[in-house]
Amino acid sequence: MSSIVGQALGEGSISLQQTCSSWRECFEVVGAGLVKSKRTTSHYTLEMIQAFEELGPYMVIAPGIALAHARPSDAVLETGLSLVTLTEPVEFGSQSNDPVSLVIGLAAKDHDSHIDLLAALSDLLADDQKVKLLLNATNEVQARSYLS
Amino acid sequence: MKILSVCGMGIGTSVLLKMNAEKVLETMGIEAEVLAADITKAKREGVGADIILTTPELVALLEGMPGKIISIDHVFDLAEIRQKLTAALL
Repeated sequence: MSSIVGQALGEGSISLQQTCSSWRECFEVVGAGLVKSKRTTSHYTLEMIQAFEELGPYMVIAPGIALAHARPSDAVLETGLSLVTLTEPVEFGSQSNDPVSLVIGLAAKDHDSHIDLLAALSDLLADDQKVKLLLNATNEVQARSYLS
Repeated sequence: MKILSVCGMGIGTSVLLKMNAEKVLETMGIEAEVLAADITKAKREGVGADIILTTPELVALLEGMPGKIISIDHVFDLAEIRQKLTAALL
């Protein structure tokens, strides 16, 4: 069921074992993945950062996992995902789910077209074992094998 | 019953909350309509909701709405969602 997740992660969207010192840096890396895989323009990264500044760390949706995203906008070229794993967990200011080790970037073209994708992503991220394997992955082939 | 799941953008967390709440409600045998919305839409259209599902950081922004507000820490934790929904429905 999760192969839809693999497809949403275009070429250049996965950055493993990154070192970031702040949530902002994490957002820049996860945003760059969406740009490289041609899902968004670089403006979407700014929109995600603005959204986080405005509404705070609610995007840390589960222990250690952040779902970085902004509203559907002209900066979104195609619905897709990007993924960043961190060597050192980063504090995002979340009340219950800090620190963050896995950042997923989400770009949605509209309010509906990514629902199946989110369902598959939800199944994947709810699986602690898979998330652990993903966090330890050192190359993309390995990481993608856990995403399908 | 009408349930509103709310997040900042209306495309990520609220959709995940909606999907997981629907799974839980089905196992509980409760019929409910779950709608995902961003905060602005929630305030505009959500006045009829019995329950509002959201995450801890957004609770303050939704206070004053008529429905019962439930704050979910871990969006993928069906046990937490079930326990908090059960408590709210008692």
